[in-house]
Amino acid sequence: MSYPDNLKYTKEHEWVLVEGDQGTIGITDHAQSELGDIVFVDLPKPGATVTKGSTFGSVESVKAVSDIYAPVSGEVLAINEALGSAPEKLNADPHGAAWLIKVKLSKADELGSLLSAADYQKYLGE
Amino acid sequence: MSDTTDLKRTALFETHISSKAKMVDFGGWHMPVQYSSIIEEHSAVRTGVGLFDVSHMGEIEVRGPQALDLVNYVATNNAAKLKPWQAHYSALLYEHGGTVDDILVHRLPNGDMFLCVNASNQEKDFDHIKTVVAGKNFDADVDLASSRYAQIAVQGPKGLATLQKLTKTNLSEIKYYWFADGAVSNTPARIARTGYTGEDGFEIYIEPAEATRLWKELLSAGEEFGIKPCGLGARNTLRLEAAMALFGHELTASINPLEANLGWIVKMDKGDFVGRAALEKLQAAGLTRTLVGFEMKERGIGRDGYEVWVDGKTAGWVTSGGPSPTLNKNIGLCYLPTAKAHAGVPIQVIIRNSPVEAVTVTTPFYKRAKA
Repeated sequence: MSYPDNLKYTKEHEWVLVEGDQGTIGITDHAQSELGDIVFVDLPKPGATVTKGSTFGSVESVKAVSDIYAPVSGEVLAINEALGSAPEKLNADPHGAAWLIKVKLSKADELGSLLSAADYQKYLGE
Repeated sequence: MSDTTDLKRTALFETHISSKAKMVDFGGWHMPVQYSSIIEEHSAVRTGVGLFDVSHMGEIEVRGPQALDLVNYVATNNAAKLKPWQAHYSALLYEHGGTVDDILVHRLPNGDMFLCVNASNQEKDFDHIKTVVAGKNFDADVDLASSRYAQIAVQGPKGLATLQKLTKTNLSEIKYYWFADGAVSNTPARIARTGYTGEDGFEIYIEPAEATRLWKELLSAGEEFGIKPCGLGARNTLRLEAAMALFGHELTASINPLEANLGWIVKMDKGDFVGRAALEKLQAAGLTRTLVGFEMKERGIGRDGYEVWVDGKTAGWVTSGGPSPTLNKNIGLCYLPTAKAHAGVPIQVIIRNSPVEAVTVTTPFYKRAKA
């Protein structure tokens, strides 16, 4: 599996794509693979605030529930409504169509502590 | 990655690793939780056939003229009702009525008894049996025989057709919960029509040295039926749909079989057995809690250990819960006060500090169509 270079990663297996003052957040391919068949995604509502390092939702597979931690802080602009009826998309396209939320970044200086694709893969031991 | 070097391995360990199964620590055993996808594996068992390595399960052999009497004293079901080559579900209890383990009892034609027990309980069960029969002078030997057996489960509507290709034993003559000694692909095998999936199928007991070869041959034999190797993940979703108890969840040292709706394996009138006096008292006093099934009404999955409310107050807990791949619902089992433990009671499962609506239902959640 490839980890796109334009995404930044966390050791908790989330990614963020930063475009201007907006960030799109998702979970990594490694995360979906470890979870297995994903059956339920619980996300905050638009307008909610997420804080870097704090849990903002959860992803449930057949066998387990896993918290999702925000890689950046900000206000939720949109959530991926398609995952409500088709959570299995997270298994198929975790770095693309199955993004979780979009946020308006509140702390630009947080981005420095995130991992590059190369560093994340090194962390995974790949 | 946690350290897995101390975990016990089955004879099929290398096969699981080379097949890239996802491995987990299951009660001290390094076992496959899934090969491909729990949902796909689950579905293979419901519609075709699935193959499980259940070699971690323990085997205890009771041999001698009073083997049956000994088993009848340590286990709750009435082994005297078993015909040779018949098996049944039973339980080992403490004197206080709590459960040591739930087990399968097989009666051999020479009077010996063959017990299949849970993996992580096997030493405990063996020690328990030795302790409670000490001084009782049963003319029988109890032997922890697990190292002599690998066990493979062939489960699903195409299980018979798959296994039949590898054995001369006429499998259709073995009724549900009966067994036979024969050969599978020329190796001696105990072939039992039992399982833990709610589906028809067989559990075969073989020499560990033959396990890898038979595993591969069974996969080939089942290829035309879409056979899938399955992990413990699918085993759990399958048994939950069938509302079969899992030790450590529905049954524990502080839960007796009557509470778990397993009165049918407790034969109070068969004579004395370990735990009988305690159960008699409990029955006279009336059960305070009983296991009941539930379905989530709102979004959310009630999982093991979650608190359950009735009328806005703490009333019990979820013993097992998760998505049902067959029914496409979120289901579970929970303990509730006995007066509330019947179908149709609105309950709330506390998921991440929020009460989520659910309702009690009859079990099993899934029952296979009669062949």
